[in-house]
Formats: sequence, C-alpha cells, structure tokens
Amino acid sequence: MIPELGTLALVLALLLAAMQAFFGLAGAHWQQAAWMQVARSSVLAVWLAVAASFTALTLSLVQHDFSVAYVAQNSNSALPLLYRVAAVWGAHEGSLLLWALMLASWALLVALFSRGLPADFRARVLGVLGLISVGFLSFTLLTSNPFARLIPAALEGADLNPILQDPALAIHPPMLYMGYVGTAVAFAFAVAAMLSGQLDTAWARWTRPWTLAAWVCLTLGIALGSWWAYYELGWGGWWFWDPVENASFMPWLVTTALIHSLAVTEKRGLFKQWTVLLAIFAFSLSLLGTFLVRSGVLVSVHAFAADPSRGLFVLALLIFFIVGALTLYAFRASSLQSEGGFAVVSRESFLLLNNALLVAAAGLILVGTLWPLVMDALKLGKISVGPPYFNVVFLVPTVPLVLLMSVGMHASWKRGHLNLYAKRLTLIAVLSVLGALLIALAAYHRPGLPLTLLGFSAGLLAIGSSLIDPWAQWRRGQALPQAVLGRAIAHLGIGLLVMGITGVASYTVERDVSLAVGESAEIAGYRFTFQGTQPVEGPNYHAIEGRFQVHEGERTLPDLTTQKRTYRVQQNPMTQAGIAVAWNRDLFVALGEDLGGSKWSMRLQYKPLVRYLWIGALVMALGGLIALSDRRYRRQTVIP
Amino acid sequence: MWRYLTPAIVCLLLGLGLSWVLLRIGSGDLDVREIQSPLLGKPAPEFILPSLTEASTSVDSRHFKGSPYLINVWGSWCAACREEHAMLLKISALQRLPLIGLDWKDDPAIAVAYLNEWGNPYQQVASDAEGRVAINWGVYGAPETFLVSGQGVVLFKFVGPLTEAVWHDKFMPLIEREVH
Repeated sequence: MIPELGTLALVLALLLAAMQAFFGLAGAHWQQAAWMQVARSSVLAVWLAVAASFTALTLSLVQHDFSVAYVAQNSNSALPLLYRVAAVWGAHEGSLLLWALMLASWALLVALFSRGLPADFRARVLGVLGLISVGFLSFTLLTSNPFARLIPAALEGADLNPILQDPALAIHPPMLYMGYVGTAVAFAFAVAAMLSGQLDTAWARWTRPWTLAAWVCLTLGIALGSWWAYYELGWGGWWFWDPVENASFMPWLVTTALIHSLAVTEKRGLFKQWTVLLAIFAFSLSLLGTFLVRSGVLVSVHAFAADPSRGLFVLALLIFFIVGALTLYAFRASSLQSEGGFAVVSRESFLLLNNALLVAAAGLILVGTLWPLVMDALKLGKISVGPPYFNVVFLVPTVPLVLLMSVGMHASWKRGHLNLYAKRLTLIAVLSVLGALLIALAAYHRPGLPLTLLGFSAGLLAIGSSLIDPWAQWRRGQALPQAVLGRAIAHLGIGLLVMGITGVASYTVERDVSLAVGESAEIAGYRFTFQGTQPVEGPNYHAIEGRFQVHEGERTLPDLTTQKRTYRVQQNPMTQAGIAVAWNRDLFVALGEDLGGSKWSMRLQYKPLVRYLWIGALVMALGGLIALSDRRYRRQTVIP
Repeated sequence: MWRYLTPAIVCLLLGLGLSWVLLRIGSGDLDVREIQSPLLGKPAPEFILPSLTEASTSVDSRHFKGSPYLINVWGSWCAACREEHAMLLKISALQRLPLIGLDWKDDPAIAVAYLNEWGNPYQQVASDAEGRVAINWGVYGAPETFLVSGQGVVLFKFVGPLTEAVWHDKFMPLIEREVH
C-alpha cells in the first residue's frame, strides 16, 4: 500500500509542478496576479507531494518491504537503520527522488524568502524551476520508478552496496545534490531575467545569495566525498580525477566563477553576458554530471547501473534546457551590453582573469573526462586519461589563479591603485617565500621541487593577504561587514587547501610491506610494529582487524587499528584504514592480503599536512555561510 | 545575433554527439564497460580441488581437456547466481558441452543443500572454499562464466548472470565454431 501511495504522490507532484511552471511563466507573461499566486502556492504543494513520496520510499526501506524491487536490491534485513535510510539515495531510482526533493526544497525556499522580488520576476523564477521539476519527475516516473513492485517478493534483500555503508558517504550525496540542484536556482534567475529583460544590479543582488548557498553545499559535498575516499578506499588518495568526481568539480569551478562575476554585475553593472552564460553553464554541467553518472557512458568506480534509455532521457532534458536557454540568450544578448569601462589594474580585470582561469580549468577537465568516450566512439581505441593528464593540466590555470587572487582581493573597483596595499602585499609576499623555504627545509629537510616552494609560497601568500582586511579593521576597532569577513575567510580556506595539497603532494612517504606478527617497518621516522590480527563481527559484515604499535623515535603513540571487512551478502571486501591524526601529518595504515603464516601485506603512509585539504574546504564553506548572512541580502524592500 | 548563437549551436552539437554514442551503446555496437580478461587466448589455469558433491574425490582440470567446456563460478550466498540458475539447468539439459561448477568462498554443507533444493546443473563441482583458484582465474565477482576450448585455451569470459540472450549471442557462436 505504501509504495502505491508513493507512486501516486509522485504523479501528483508531476501535475502540480506542471501547474507551477504554467501559471508561473504564463502569469508573468500576461501579468495575471491571480495566476502568479497559484504558481506560488503550488510550490508548497509540489514540495509536500515529493516529500510524501520520499517518505514512502524511506518507510518501505525501514520496514524491509522486499516486495519493492528497489528495497530488495538495496537493502537487507541485517542492514543498520542509518544505512536503511541512506539507501534511499543509494542507487539510481532513489537518488532521482532525492534530486526531485532537493529541487522542490530550493523552489520552496525561493518562494518563502523572496518577498523583496517583484511579483512577476518571482513568478518567472518559480515557473522555470517548475519546468525543471516536470522534467525530472517525468524522468523518474517514466524510466525509473523507485516503487516498482517485485513479483514474487524477495525473501531477503541484496544489501546496500558496501562502499556506501559509511557515515560520511551517507550524507555526501544529499549535500552534493543540494549543491547540484542549487545551480538550478541561479539558472532560473538567469532565464527569468532574460525573459523579463530585467538584468541589472538588483538582479545580481537577488541571485548572489542563492548562488552562494549552492556553492557552499557543493564545496561541502565534494570535501566529504574526498575525505571518504581517503579513509575508506584504502589507497590513501584524496582525489582520483574519476569521471564522477570531475562531474561534481566542474560545476563547482563554474559556480565559483559565477559568484565572482555576479559581484562585478552587482557592483558595477558589468559582465552581464558573462554572468548569464556562467549561470547557464553551471547548471548545464550539473545536468551533464547527472547524465554521465546515470547513463553509464563512462566507466567509473561509482558503478551505477548503465542504461542507455535513461541516458537518452537525461540528454534530451539537457538539450532542451541548455539549448533553449542559450537560444534565448542569443536573442537577448545584444540588450545585455554593459556600459562603463575599467582600468587595466582594477578589481574588474582581476575578476575577469579569475573567470577566465576558472572556466579554462573546468574546460580542461571536461576535455579530459569526455576524451576517452570520443576515442572509443570513433573506434580509435580504448584509452584512459588519468591523473598524469589532469595533474599537469590543472596546474596551468590554478597556479596563476591563486597568485592573482591574493593581489586581486585588494584591488579597487574601476581604476587601479594598488598602492594602498602595495607595501603590505610586498611584505607578505617576501615573508611567504621565506616561510615556504623555512617549512621545506626545517620541517622536511629538503627543498623539494620548485613547485613545492611555489605551492607553499602561494598558500602562505593567500593566507596572509586574506588576513589583511580583518586585521586592519580589528586594529581600528571596527566591525567588519559579514560579506567582507566571509570573503576573507573563504580565501583563507583556499590558502589552507593549497598548503595541504603542496605538503601531501611533495612529502608523502608510501611503503607497501609484508610483515609477520612482531615485525616492524619504518617510514619517515615512524616505526610501525605489527601486533597481529583478530576477527571482529559487525552487524552485516565480518572483519579482520590488524593492530599496530607506532613509535616516533622513542615516544610511543597510541595503537592504530585497521579493518578489512567482508560484507556478508555481497561479499565485497572493504578497507577501513587506520589513521593517526596530528596537526602536521597523518599516519595511515591499510591491511592488504593474508600471505599465510601470520604474514600480511600492508600499506603504510606518512601524509604531511593532508588534513589542511579538508579543513581548507570547510573554512571556504564557512566563509560562504558568513557572507550569506550579510544583512544586504536580507533587505526586504518591496519593489513595485 | 549569429555570434550569440554560437554557444547554443556548440552545445546542440555536443548533445547530438552524445546521443549518437548512447544509441550505439543501446544497439550493442559499443560496449564501454567491456573489460577484456587478460586470460583470453591464454591457457586456462589448472587446478585440483576437492569435489563438492562426491566425498573424498577431487576435480582435476586436466581431465576436461579434449573438448570445449564451461566453468561457472558461483556460491550459495550469491543472489545473482540464483537468478541464472534456471539458465544453467537449461544449458546442462542441452548436453552440448560439460558445465563445471566452481563453488567460490562457500560453506560446502550449505552449497550442497542449495544444489539439492534448486537442482544440480553441473557435471562436476569443485569446492574453492578459500578462493585461491578463483584468484588464478581472475574472478572478481560471482557469477562469472568461462568458455575454454578443447586445447585448454580461455575463449570467452562473461561477468554477471547468464541469460538466454547472452547464451545465444555470445556463447553459441563461439561454441559452434569450436565444435566444427
């Protein structure tokens, strides 16, 4: 009964979303206040219907209703409650439902927190969001209904993919989806602006907080995914340039560019065409990401079922929204000419460079992600473009980006005079280079590659220069506006991230060894002694736990334990790495294979500064949140 | 105006290109997931394992040589194996070539009960409780089915549950060619 109600709610949501789309767009076009009111009310109705459907799937999973195909494929009676709930988005059908719920939630937020917007503009935004909802709800209903029954019912479920049975991964997809889908709001704002012809500084001020909110979610989602990959996959890597990772990273880069471009549009009324195009592309890349993951055209560790018919549907949606929006853009572009100019050394030109470099980075990743597919389709052979391509190519735009960022933050609008900060920046730059040398030589006893010094210098420079504003204000005893403080913190996060990446890329020590009980191996001054293994029983897996004693010189550190788990139903081995965290490094142990005779193969790693990667990302998201709380965005002036 | 249409046109072309790729995947022309087994065209790894069904006898892979045979990797714990079980019984009834089972990482008592309940499609079943033979064969999930020639060369490997279509389109042509 519950699954049928779920399907019913989904059908209802589709009809209501169609109402939201029609009355929103038509109401604004013919200036019918009552129609626009209907659009606004149907937003809540859509949300309620999708939420009901989502609850129905959650209940089916929690109650082990194995007569539902999705539950039978992704759950098991031994699966703990947390993962039964997380299984809602553990596979294709359910994660589409999550997508729909997120979209409905964003639309609801827009409907609730947009009292300051003109009624027809708000109706258009809600109309476009409704249209996107129609697309995704019909995709769900027509190709992947999560409530399809399994006849006869299964006696036992095939269990949730073990790779997903982890707390970080349970919240990673919702976070990421929130960000993905959030780009739809910026897209809707852009399309609404093109429809109404109102694309001015006020428009940019309305769009900014929504874009920022989506960006915060994307940042957190990607960081969580990276952190999970680090301790769960057992390789100690934190980024693999996997197609699915790239699919989330490209929208992030373009959304980052959009935030900066919006700042220019708001303050100076410039870059309008850029801003609109970036808003369209951020959403396109989110859709492309969904397409790449769902259609199975790319081989990835995120093994979702491949189904070309689903891929075609997403692709049709993609073409409809993107080509539609871009055609609209072609008709309106001439009216989006920016008036006013700016000097060569001004904040505008720094932000233009920022945009160009971020878009270039996203473009290079897009090429690397799609290239193998192109080669394969044209029968030029199966190739894989791996980290060697991305690592090199990605540095080309990002190194100048970080360096320019540190200076550009302090450039003034319109005409350039850096002299206000020139002295301080020079001082910070000199100190950063010295600091980089000091870190490299004193802490790691070798200078490393030129890139290492460049990386540390750039990181320190970014940290130092983002602290200029808060420091100056604090000295003068003034309160910093939230937006400025948030900006400083977000850029500080970039600095921390760069420090982390440089440290871990330059000074990681890895050793694969085989040890018998009592034997020890040493890396980077840490001695690991293998204490043996013991079996451990989990709720739906059994594991072998290895224990290690760790010494740093003469000092004994707490023991490290690492597990190799085998999930009973799917029989997949998973590694739970043992990690010792300190402020300046991680020690990482992962158990490999049983070599017989109490000997085990294992991987030992010393990873300096690796924590700063995720701390940096968290700090960036925090900066975004602080900027989001700025009063400027909450001004409730009703515009006639 | 035309200048501003460029992004739309580029995206449209990209979209059409991707549709073309998808249609080819859909028609089976292109398989991006096809992972070639390194064993293809190489001699099949030999093994001697205890028999699951006949106590105190063993299954020796050298005895199969001379005619083509199938090796099916399964386990009583594997849901997808139960899915393909009916197909295995059908293949066995055809009596075209011997079907050898490799019971992978399994409890022999449960595996025997499983075969008693659902029927035994195999001529012989080897019990690979520790999974060592499966490692030599490069097995990374059950079920997997190998086709080995009379000369003991691995001709084909299929990952996932066998279906009528797979049997008809992938296995039969190879078997026909091998027999004639």
